[in-house]
Amino acid sequence: MNMRNLWSGNLTTFAKAGSRSDPARQRWQDGPLWRTVPVVRRSFMRRRKVSGYLVALALVAGGLQASGQAPQQPSEIAVVISGDPGTPPRYAVPDFVAASPEAADAAKTITQVLFDDLAFEREFYLIPRDTYATIPAARTPDQVPFASWRELGADAVVFGSVSRTGNDVRVEVRLFNIRTQQSVFSKEYTGTAANPRLYAHTIADEIHQQQRALRGVARTKLAFSSDRNRERMVGTVENRDVKEVYMADYDGANPRRITTNRQLNLTPVWSPDARAIAYTSYRRGYPDLFVALIYDGVQQEPTKGGTQNWLPMYSPDGTRIVFTSNRDGNPELYVINRDGSGLRRITNHPAIDTTPTWSPTGTQIAFTSDRAGTPQIYIVGADGLNLRRLTTSESYADRPTWSPAPFNEIAFAARSGPGYDIKVYDLATGTTRQVTFGEGSNESPAYAPNGRHLAFTSTRAGRVQIFTIGRDGRGVKQVTRDGSNFTPSWSN
Amino acid sequence: MRGMITRASVVLVLLSLTAAAAGCARRQPPLAQPAPPGGPPPTTAPAPTPPPPTTEALPVPPEPIAIAEDGISARSIEDLNRDSPFKPAYFPLDSAELDDAGRAVVTANASVLRTYPAWMITVEGHCDERGTAEYNLALGERRAVAVKTYLLSLGIAGDRVRIVSYGKEFPFDPGHDERAWASNRRAHFVITSK
Repeated sequence: MNMRNLWSGNLTTFAKAGSRSDPARQRWQDGPLWRTVPVVRRSFMRRRKVSGYLVALALVAGGLQASGQAPQQPSEIAVVISGDPGTPPRYAVPDFVAASPEAADAAKTITQVLFDDLAFEREFYLIPRDTYATIPAARTPDQVPFASWRELGADAVVFGSVSRTGNDVRVEVRLFNIRTQQSVFSKEYTGTAANPRLYAHTIADEIHQQQRALRGVARTKLAFSSDRNRERMVGTVENRDVKEVYMADYDGANPRRITTNRQLNLTPVWSPDARAIAYTSYRRGYPDLFVALIYDGVQQEPTKGGTQNWLPMYSPDGTRIVFTSNRDGNPELYVINRDGSGLRRITNHPAIDTTPTWSPTGTQIAFTSDRAGTPQIYIVGADGLNLRRLTTSESYADRPTWSPAPFNEIAFAARSGPGYDIKVYDLATGTTRQVTFGEGSNESPAYAPNGRHLAFTSTRAGRVQIFTIGRDGRGVKQVTRDGSNFTPSWSN
Repeated sequence: MRGMITRASVVLVLLSLTAAAAGCARRQPPLAQPAPPGGPPPTTAPAPTPPPPTTEALPVPPEPIAIAEDGISARSIEDLNRDSPFKPAYFPLDSAELDDAGRAVVTANASVLRTYPAWMITVEGHCDERGTAEYNLALGERRAVAVKTYLLSLGIAGDRVRIVSYGKEFPFDPGHDERAWASNRRAHFVITSK
């Protein structure tokens, strides 16, 4: 197969992306398009029209396979754009061209979101957009002014165009290697104009995959608990704000309310297939587990009431849920199958055992216990055996969160001065490093599916808000701003 | 129903006792009543009349006690919880153990429960913001359990007491200082039926 022809030629895909804004009418759909690509693979589609949208995808399967595997093959040299030795490649993302005035808004949104998405993984250096002013705009791919971009020091430049017909848009995108003046990435997407950000997210994920063999997170979601709807609980004497479960894009855009029961709804967590959110709800007057199948409009109750259960966490294969329960008189850890069958008790100690998280293999569980007098992180086998203590130099540690592979570490919140900071315990070396440093109180860490980022809550901007940060402690970004927001979970 | 009857009979007994104590003066109260409420002031000038009836005020004080008990029984659950006969029990930082002050509060609350044997309560465990959101759900549970256990040791039936933890979700004092934290580390008694 001649890779160069593939990447410089007219490789065009027709992925029907985007969908209506109502989450109940949307679903993540595995389509044939993505079967050839090993890691991230979904497209946002209208359920009832899926089959109609997937025509002609087989034509490009070979090309996508190349996209997924290119970095491992010798011919990648022609595809991967590199920067100067020791520095990340410098990318320019000029305005996407709007083919008509109706496409202008979508073009503007896609440009800005793609810029942010490409910057997020910090694999590329994004040349600030306000320095592009002197560079002539290209209306077509063959007008790209390579010499001007080269003067600006760009290694790569994106060319994109957006056309719109009624509620449908067509987005064309190319990625040019400035040195070779070749198009190394060329795709076309058609779909609804309802959510233009999704085109940018998809492009960013595919560029990260092709150029860095990296699974980007631009199409992932955050779930969290929020009081942003400003409703008060009924039936209580004090003024008590309700908290509902919400989800949003990884950058906080497109927030959607998941629960509507006007009670406390806390600690949502994604199922590994990103189609369900398990959470703790007080809708019965006490904490119990509920599962929202968000694209089916179905609610499940794995623990079925009668006992108090909280802090669910899905096993990595999605078949089991570990949680805290006082059903035997004391907070202990239990595991049930996803359908509520097969209850097994994991811990048995008169102290508090709570806040469980699974190892990536599903064979171990990290959790918090005060059995030594203060809350500390422990690890136990999923069979309840081989308990060992992890944190020894913290005065208070909670919310362990096991990283996905290839990282082998556990993030947690550690008491630090008047508040908390996020720290990371490296399981290979037994060392702990700090991610936040006393800017507000920082709690509830949750890993991104590629392990490179953490979502957490912080009071650094006033009320409790959700932020994301690199696992190295760099690149902090505020994600939520409306109301107060708690206990994030990051979807696959 | 039975509770109401027993309370009514208690009131009757109290009334008859006070009446007996008042002795021969027992026909006087109706006359005594008009004076304190302030009937005279509007009628302006003649002030000299009040002095003699003051002696008749003695039989009246016992009655408000009986009325007060009746009043508590008659109030709605919402009113009772708004101005609760139960006091909250407070806890030290990071602790779910009742100290002497906490045990005294729970003991007093237990006697209220004995006075109103039909009442059912929920003990809510609350925490201050200095613990983490996740761990506080368990700590609040332990605080509620500590109070329930102590209530049971004082003879209160277990099926009258439910527990729930709200962690740090519902601070009573939204402040961020020692005083606010101390008032938020509490077991809060809520009447759920009567």
